[in-house]
Amino acid sequence: MAPVATPFFFYLLSGLALISGILVITRRNPVHSALALILTLLALAGIYLMLYAPFVAGVQIILYAGGIMVLFLFVIMLVNVGRAEKERQFNKQWLLAIAATVGLGIVFVRVFTSSQTLTELLKRPLAQLPETSNTQQVGFSLYGQYMLAFEIASLLLLVAIVGAVVMAKKRI
Amino acid sequence: MQVSIAQFFQRSDYLMSLPMILLTIFALGILLIDLMLPDDWKWANAATAFVGVLFATAGLIKVQIALGEAHRQMVPAFMNSMVIDRFAIYFWYLFLAGAAVAILMSVHYMDVEREHHGEFYALILFSVVGMMCMASGWDVVLIFIGLELMAISTYVLVGFLRRDRRSNEASLKYLLLGAFSSGIFAYGLSLLYGLAGSTNLVIIRQRLAQQMAAAGDHADPVAVLALLTVATGLLFKIAAVPFHQWAPDAYEGAPTSITGFMSVAVKSAAWAMLLRILLLGLAPLHKIWVPLLVFVSIATMTAANLAALTQNNLKRLLAYSSIAHVGYMLLGLIAFGSANTPSGVDGIRGILIYLLVYTFMNLGAFAVITSLRRRDVIGDEIDDIAGLFFRAPTESVLMLVFLLSLAGIPPLAGFWGKYFIFLSLIETGHYVLASLAVLYAVFGLYYYMRIANAMLMRQALDKEPLKIGGSMAAALGVTALATLLIGIYPEPFIRAVDWSLGLSQHPAIAHLVK
Amino acid sequence: MSISTFVIVSVIKIVIALAVLLTSVAYSVWLERKVLGHIQNRWGPSYVGPFGLLQPLADGLKFIFKEDLTPPHVHKALYIAAPMLSVICAVSSIAVIPIGNWVDVAGLHIPLEITDVNIGLLVILGITSMGVYGVALAGWSSNNKYSLLGGLRASAQMVSYEISLGLSLIGVLIVSGSFSLRQIVDAQGGRFWGFVPRWNVFHGQEVAFFIYLMSAYAETNRVPFDLPEAETELVAGYHTEYSAMKFAMFFMAEYANMITVGCLATLLFLGGWHGPIVGPPLARVILPVFWFGLKVFGFMILYIWVRGTLPRFRYDQLMAFGWKFLFPLAVANLVVTALVVAVRA
Repeated sequence: MAPVATPFFFYLLSGLALISGILVITRRNPVHSALALILTLLALAGIYLMLYAPFVAGVQIILYAGGIMVLFLFVIMLVNVGRAEKERQFNKQWLLAIAATVGLGIVFVRVFTSSQTLTELLKRPLAQLPETSNTQQVGFSLYGQYMLAFEIASLLLLVAIVGAVVMAKKRI
Repeated sequence: MQVSIAQFFQRSDYLMSLPMILLTIFALGILLIDLMLPDDWKWANAATAFVGVLFATAGLIKVQIALGEAHRQMVPAFMNSMVIDRFAIYFWYLFLAGAAVAILMSVHYMDVEREHHGEFYALILFSVVGMMCMASGWDVVLIFIGLELMAISTYVLVGFLRRDRRSNEASLKYLLLGAFSSGIFAYGLSLLYGLAGSTNLVIIRQRLAQQMAAAGDHADPVAVLALLTVATGLLFKIAAVPFHQWAPDAYEGAPTSITGFMSVAVKSAAWAMLLRILLLGLAPLHKIWVPLLVFVSIATMTAANLAALTQNNLKRLLAYSSIAHVGYMLLGLIAFGSANTPSGVDGIRGILIYLLVYTFMNLGAFAVITSLRRRDVIGDEIDDIAGLFFRAPTESVLMLVFLLSLAGIPPLAGFWGKYFIFLSLIETGHYVLASLAVLYAVFGLYYYMRIANAMLMRQALDKEPLKIGGSMAAALGVTALATLLIGIYPEPFIRAVDWSLGLSQHPAIAHLVK
Repeated sequence: MSISTFVIVSVIKIVIALAVLLTSVAYSVWLERKVLGHIQNRWGPSYVGPFGLLQPLADGLKFIFKEDLTPPHVHKALYIAAPMLSVICAVSSIAVIPIGNWVDVAGLHIPLEITDVNIGLLVILGITSMGVYGVALAGWSSNNKYSLLGGLRASAQMVSYEISLGLSLIGVLIVSGSFSLRQIVDAQGGRFWGFVPRWNVFHGQEVAFFIYLMSAYAETNRVPFDLPEAETELVAGYHTEYSAMKFAMFFMAEYANMITVGCLATLLFLGGWHGPIVGPPLARVILPVFWFGLKVFGFMILYIWVRGTLPRFRYDQLMAFGWKFLFPLAVANLVVTALVVAVRA
């Protein structure tokens, strides 16, 4: 079925992602920050869907929003939230930081709009990847071109687990 | 959809990844046997790790022989995501040497710290696997994952002294700053992918060159942005100013043998990654990163040397000296990048030789500091090394050798590193930079001699004679021998570096930039 | 078909599906109380209407008229949002579950599901993952230590068993080759050896079925894994501070989850709507739906039967079972399935 109202959904999802992102860093209560982060991840999953990548969107929701963020929330809930709520969110140089951020944002916008290569790239017709093969494509990439990276990533996870146990357990 | 696996793998892939596979197997073995070892047999973990490093070295020799027999300069593996060329082999040897000495240094030290667990050695081996991916990666994804593997193992190793606050703080600072810089690095890599359509460095370079040619030799703004963000990540890892803030704290808080390992192996891996990305992937943009590196290297040398003048903590002082050495090495890269001619190649030779000698002399210095640790004395202040000559004469003489080598005094190894870098600077006409570097080298002499002064001239605050275990003596012996040997007879090592750069066959250009 | 027809048909399907689901939820409560009663040698509800059939109506009225109290010490926004999140996630899964073959009405060829996405299975797994938040946030926002512990325990349990759940389903995925639920059911048509239906549970996924069943019981917080809700443990776990309609929403969410699990098990392992089809063309449309309903009903009876028979696990036994037994078993099942499929191809 042909896509419907693409610009509307794009602006909606991007706006949601941006606003949730800002909420993540400005809310005092860490639980609210975590929930805002979940909203950002869901908005990103929506954008992946718009890019004809349903598998990536599904996995983003299952793993990232539904697994990793749950673990974040566990830790936040078990830790004394009361003290975190009373602390200042930003230090005295927040005005300078906002100025620097806006400056950086302007630089980024100038860079991206004045880039010849980007303009050329965007002139090409958009890739219409068949949705049905997204899972297969991801599978081929993971087990084909990026196989060594995939295996090393499994070592990375092992190291993270070993590291967490070493750091946290009293007697190992 | 029927697909045969054969199109994804070749037989040679197994051989090329043999050292990594061996290290992984030994690391997993250590994790398992650690469960069964009683408390006073924990050194068996270190022995297994050391044997693992020896096996991996044997595997590497086999790979090198296979490469030579096939008369090939490089073999891409795993569908062009990794390449085993002489450059990679050279660095792999460096990593394994650094890991071996670090393991030898740690045995008695971790026992005294009462944190002698098997995971320590397993993490060292895993980080070497990550380093190997970084040094031989052609695919940006593999380099990034290798970087993360090495980094995460190192974060945990830095925080391994769980009861020591400084260690926890060091680990946390390193983790936070490392995560930030990795994030910015990944952003730059994604921009490169967007511009080039592929994550392979060779293809990135081709596309960037094409785009520059089509735009009349002006670099695309997005490419420049990508370069800046990628450079942020790379410079963080080698601890160049202004991304060096993590280094003094991380070096000071970490267990001393890990500080040695970090300052040597992690830095070599970061340099391998930097050289691959800047010289292979981002080579078309060299007109932009050369001036950038000029600023960075001047800032690095200045900040590090000035900061080291007032340090009282040995580990912090050596951390700042590490940062200063990075400043010198960057000069070599500048010399190469600004003049793509035979004389410029001396710059890269200089970097590789510098890394070789730096491995041994820095590890030696840290080995001496590690041996100062006893049950009730932490041993990293200058006061603790005072009067070492009267307590352990051999150690103090070896330390003097290492310090002189770090300062760059002939006939010790450190001299050759600085020699080639300064030579390349002069040959390519950067006289100002060369004189600045020599000036800062003199600063370096001051703080190294300050340590030597404390060691040799002051009275010992603590009269107890120093006992050194067997493995520590081996570590000190190996590093001192290497420092003296390379200093007095550098020929074979310089030839090894030339071989690794493919210079002995193609005197004009290093094959990296072909 | 045009957009407006599509929208109208979808709205009709949604209304019917919601009505059927909510009624099933209410009557599954009745079923449970009746069956549990008979297992325990008593009658169960039998006063309100014949065989107690109007009992759910009475319960619903009670919940609506009860005072809806919001304790002063709770985090208001999350307190109100948590049960809503639970119910939304429990009921949304019905959107991708097909209950039968096609229906030809008024010249339109309508599939008997609300939408057929190519990643139907992934959508259901995703919705289940989001359902964990309802429980965790309910526990936390109640500002009550028992609730917090109950909520964290329940969500830890759900997250742990989600892994084995997903892995067991991947076995089915490998055998069928598609994420779309309709295609998975279509792959189970026909028979082998003449009389044994080609359902996945007979066709190689026995272990996966077993794992799925165990994990589903844990996911829906039902006996023998219902420690987070047991009254004798943490007062009432994460719904201690909830009353009236909000509590009813949690209740509904639990039973709706049970029904979803039953539907999913039917589709993936028991051949969906495949069954003997006889008779006129009208029967060809109705009978598959009937077989589907029958299998789901069988599942509900199994759920209730287990509840009446088994004691509950202690929390550490529960987590050990999930991580040390089910998870390696699921991985082993995955490896064996993948090997068999790869070797046969």
